[in-house]
Amino acid sequence: MNFRSVTMTVAAAAVGLVGLAGAAQAEGQFIPNLVYKTGPYAPSGTPTAHGFADYLAMINHRDGGINGVEIIYEECETGYKTDRGVECYDRVKNQHGGATVINPWSTGITYALIEKATADKIPLLSMGYGRTSAADGRVFPYVFNFPSTYWNQMTAVIKYIAEQEGGYDKLKGQNLGFIYLDHPYGKEPIPTLDILAEKYGFTYDKYPVPPAAMTEQKSIWLQVRRSRPAYMIMWGWGAMNSTAINEASNVKYPMDKFIGNWWSAAEPDVIPAGDGAVGYKGATFNGVGTDFKVYEDINALYDAGKGSWNREEIGGVLYSRGMAAAAYVVEAIRTAQGQYGNRVITGEEMRWGMENLNVTAERVEELGMTGLMPPVAITCDNHEGQDPAIKIQQWNGKAWEIKTDWIKADTALTRPLIEQDADQYAKENSITPRSCS
Amino acid sequence: MFYREAGIFKTSYAADQALFRIPFDRIFVISVVLFAALVIPVIGNEYWLGSILIPTLIMAIATIGLNILLGYCGQLSLGTGAFMAAGAFMGYKIATAFPWMPIWAVVILGGICAAMIGVAFGLPSLRIKGFYLAVTTLAAQFFLLWLFQKVPWFVNYSISGVPTAPPREMFGYLVTGAEASVEARYLFILAFTVILALIAANLVRGRIGRTWMAIRDMDIAAELIGIKPLPTKLSAFAVSSFYCGVAGVLWAFCYINTVEATAFDIFRSFTVLFMVIIGGLGSILGCFLGAFFIFLLPIFLNSAPGWVGLEVPTELISHVEFMVFGALIVFFLIVEPHGLARLWAITKEKLRLWPFPY
Repeated sequence: MNFRSVTMTVAAAAVGLVGLAGAAQAEGQFIPNLVYKTGPYAPSGTPTAHGFADYLAMINHRDGGINGVEIIYEECETGYKTDRGVECYDRVKNQHGGATVINPWSTGITYALIEKATADKIPLLSMGYGRTSAADGRVFPYVFNFPSTYWNQMTAVIKYIAEQEGGYDKLKGQNLGFIYLDHPYGKEPIPTLDILAEKYGFTYDKYPVPPAAMTEQKSIWLQVRRSRPAYMIMWGWGAMNSTAINEASNVKYPMDKFIGNWWSAAEPDVIPAGDGAVGYKGATFNGVGTDFKVYEDINALYDAGKGSWNREEIGGVLYSRGMAAAAYVVEAIRTAQGQYGNRVITGEEMRWGMENLNVTAERVEELGMTGLMPPVAITCDNHEGQDPAIKIQQWNGKAWEIKTDWIKADTALTRPLIEQDADQYAKENSITPRSCS
Repeated sequence: MFYREAGIFKTSYAADQALFRIPFDRIFVISVVLFAALVIPVIGNEYWLGSILIPTLIMAIATIGLNILLGYCGQLSLGTGAFMAAGAFMGYKIATAFPWMPIWAVVILGGICAAMIGVAFGLPSLRIKGFYLAVTTLAAQFFLLWLFQKVPWFVNYSISGVPTAPPREMFGYLVTGAEASVEARYLFILAFTVILALIAANLVRGRIGRTWMAIRDMDIAAELIGIKPLPTKLSAFAVSSFYCGVAGVLWAFCYINTVEATAFDIFRSFTVLFMVIIGGLGSILGCFLGAFFIFLLPIFLNSAPGWVGLEVPTELISHVEFMVFGALIVFFLIVEPHGLARLWAITKEKLRLWPFPY
């Protein structure tokens, strides 16, 4: 048997194995997760995935599932690539009796999946990312983006800056800088920023960072040093964040005037910059740390050796956010079970559960997550929740400190924009918006 | 026993000039195509058709495109992704500007736009050769993607810059967009793949293909026997970019449903280049083998541990996938530098003598 016939045999065996795909079905509530623990976005994707996995594992470990229905959890690695994400979606959607809900964890993948998931009747939860106008539930019945959207986040960030300066009138004539990943995700808030700039009379410079070269930002920060914007706002992700913070401290940009969005302010972003990152601010909608009641159960999970990660690393910003996403999913399943009975629910029933989701402050307290996740109430026409708001946190060199109370977004400004964009989408795709009244 | 020329008598010029002169060969290819068209849509499930065969067939079209340029005409290009993007974006513009236009015409016009852009970027090939040409096509890669992301006109001023591919029908069936059934999209793409592959196979064995090969083998000698380098090289660029453009339109309209520049980045160009090299330079069959190998191997490596019941963390699988994939490419290039098409040719030689090899 020579070398060549070995290769042929291997190839034949491979083809044979492929045929075995898609066996093994187990009874349970199947929650797949599209993750990225490899590639340039891994620093952001890894903690999120572990937080999500641990919360679901905790529910299985503590309660034996949701009202007796065990959760089946599976990950599919996308590497933050849209085509791999689509492949992952197709791979998981029919496994274990069908996916309950899909978390794409990428704005690009969310965009590619909106129509597919709607056609397959599987809800998409793009928690705090994805298509902003999906907040309009009339046009996007299967897409949810609570607890807030990029557009609302931007209005809240500008509001915070105005508060710092002493009022919206002080913004007039100011020059801000907006550094963003040149990707659907980073471009999403630009229309809102344009409107805000016009409304409050400030100007801003755009600093796009191409995804292929996101760790080379020297020239961008030299420009920033020259134009000295009053504030820098960042919409970054993955390795771009730590590079930007590092370069900002290299050009001695005042860190307390540098504000990241909620995907640009986590531990992996600031730690590589060392002391230079002290003072850097970021938006957030979830708490950080392990001082919450829910961690008694998470610790029990790790004591039982069923945790998915290293114990020392849990409790960060993105880990907490992954947990919050999982908690919303679990609560939505409970809501759906309340309607359809305590059994495995389908994607369509899950959609009902998400649309009638009402996680009150009392319920959050019962979950032991007060401060870790905001209360959320979803309605048929509003898929981002009522009163979207953010908090501003600041890095003190060791941990993130929450600096403000909830800063409410200017929904009066963004809601008409959301409806306008959703209507345009509906027209382009010949969708008749459903009636919510 | 199989593939024997002996005993096959050709009695007309047409028979002598046929694409597949050996009956066994002809029957084999026709039955593969019939199998793909009639049996696979029935037996294939949604995952196999939608996530495996559709992208692989589209990549095979792009690979034929690059193989024409690199394998037949000898011009190294790293701009495949950009030409695919050109097809996708221009196809989107045409489809939205003229909603009455049939979708097959949109695909072809998208390819023609890509061909024109390809010719423009092929002009330097008259003066620049080899690796230096690769660098100038790299410029196309970066420039075109930058252009499509920078100018909002290309995406009809969509806010996110990622417009959705519009749904279009053919013979009363939706073939693009998410609502389209996976079988309809598969058959639509298969039709394009088969027709384009047949055209390519005939092009490369005719006059045009021979001039390309003459330029590839020695451009000075080709000039001396009366082949003009300008139209020859530019026609190779045009045909190659046309194929890439068609692949780009299909990728955006029938596979990922959005027109997104990041789907056509430099890695896409490299992937297609690997498909050409692994499949076999200067072979149409090799394009399909290469596309299947490069596209399926990572997915196979990623899913294989699950099938045999191994619980492996996803990140570990992905890292193993990268390593095994890289190692296999090196292994193949050492064992068979002429690609999978050469392996197939060897198999054919063996089958000819089987069962009495000497």
